[in-house]
Amino acid sequence: MIETKQITKKYQNKTVLNAIDLEVPEKKITAFIGSNGAGKSTLLGIVSRLLKKEGGEVLIDDMDINEWKSKALSKKLAILKQNNQMTARLTVEDLVSFGRFPYSQGVLTKDDHEKVTEALAYMGLEPLRKNYLDALSGGQQQRAYIAMIIAQDTDYVLLDEPLNNLDMKNAVQMMKTLRRLVDDFGKTIILVLHDINFASCYADYMVGLKNGEIVAQGSTEEIMTSDKLKDIYDMHLDITEINQCKYCLYFK
Amino acid sequence: MRKWILVIMTILLAIMSVFVGVENVPLSDALHLTKEQVDILMISRFPRTVSIIIAGAGMSICGLIMQQLTRNRFVSPTTAGTLDAARLGVLVAIMVFPQATTLTKMLVAFVFSVAGTFIFIQLLNRIKFKDTIFIPLVGLMFGSIISSITTFFAYKNNLVQNINAWLQGDFSAVLRGRYEMLYITIPLFLIAYIYANRFTVVGMGESFAVNLGLNYKVIVAIGLTLVALMTSSVILTVGTIPFLGLIVPNIISIYSGDNLRQTLPLTALFGASFVLACDILGRLIIFPYEISISLMVGVIGSGIFIILLLRREKYAA
Repeated sequence: MIETKQITKKYQNKTVLNAIDLEVPEKKITAFIGSNGAGKSTLLGIVSRLLKKEGGEVLIDDMDINEWKSKALSKKLAILKQNNQMTARLTVEDLVSFGRFPYSQGVLTKDDHEKVTEALAYMGLEPLRKNYLDALSGGQQQRAYIAMIIAQDTDYVLLDEPLNNLDMKNAVQMMKTLRRLVDDFGKTIILVLHDINFASCYADYMVGLKNGEIVAQGSTEEIMTSDKLKDIYDMHLDITEINQCKYCLYFK
Repeated sequence: MRKWILVIMTILLAIMSVFVGVENVPLSDALHLTKEQVDILMISRFPRTVSIIIAGAGMSICGLIMQQLTRNRFVSPTTAGTLDAARLGVLVAIMVFPQATTLTKMLVAFVFSVAGTFIFIQLLNRIKFKDTIFIPLVGLMFGSIISSITTFFAYKNNLVQNINAWLQGDFSAVLRGRYEMLYITIPLFLIAYIYANRFTVVGMGESFAVNLGLNYKVIVAIGLTLVALMTSSVILTVGTIPFLGLIVPNIISIYSGDNLRQTLPLTALFGASFVLACDILGRLIIFPYEISISLMVGVIGSGIFIILLLRREKYAA
């Protein structure tokens, strides 16, 4: 389980996270929501050891994150940040193979090769395996990264704005894939999402942040109300229900 | 690009390189050499060819590693101040320990080039505006500042000519007994190859590397240390060969991508054969005189560099 106790984070003198207590539900999709600068990505960064915190603790399977060996943790928890700048020219297969790095340090065993092949197949990337990443569309690139995370085979998968730069079709596909990872493989997924309606349709649990504090958390059902969303976003939002899914309308 | 084609090319060029020179040693005599011819081969030709191969491969690998670590295709020992820092080190060694052995000079040059490279990396971390061309420009400026310091102290101490000798890459001075330090580079090739996968991962960015359980800072430090060591040993035996670390890795990357496990040997082979070819040309154009390697590689290399810049929209951006 992932658990945080009293996490604080400051940049210079500005507090960006203040006393965050959180227990992330197992085998569910949890979405961090909130306005720009609310601290969503910072919290994800701290939970995944990418960022240092000023105070408090992060527990992963009841052990403090500082006690974990980085290599051991990389078999337990995967973090994918949005890479806007792709520089290295790797093939899809090479990228996915790097998902096995924590296990094999780059010299792949037969078992590793199987995992890579499975991951490629799962994401429908077999025809593209020899293609260079920089020659792929944004949606295909994102799928390749997810395949790498699948090959990494961790219990926890953390994603920072996985829908960035994806068109509607690719965004829906991405969320369906994540849903399947939870339902079929029992992964625990945490995401930072900008689009509240994607969170509503696919997440089980929502954590609303504002000015570095958690102002609301609960099941999607509980959070998707005008009152709670007003606390998080500081604006009035109407909720509609279509096919048992709540949507919030914020365009006008 | 196929590895075996490069292997054959390198071997052929190496054979040519051994048999080209002022003193005529034709290939047809290879089986019944006179005593004089054996001496020429052992004292001058073999050392020359071996040092070309090692220096060509070494500088190319240095460029490859630096480009991967900085995630910028236009960074190399020439455009990051590494060479200039090494040269300042040579000057300091000559001034402070005039009686020093080449090995001591190399150690001093090494310390300086490590320091210079790390300062450059620190500069990179502070720059917010990370344009592909801007970063090597900063490196060039940084290098020029170090160079001006070197020139100042060299001028004050009447060492300008001495220092200029280090500036010009030249294989004609390579003789038996004066190039063996280059062999230090060979184990470094092996270490670089062992770390190739890690360098590739680091080249994908810090969060990517941390996600896979790598210690980002340690890998970067190892890479830069390798670069500084190789650069120092090449600069002390052969001199500066400009552009090499820039163009060779870029050409290989265009054809074979950036997975260092695969491209590191290709880069080494291509670098070696490129310098062999430039050196043979340089020896033939104004035969029996010769054009120094830094001029040959500089002229051909800057041409290729311009082509790379022009097509960066398609590839590096």
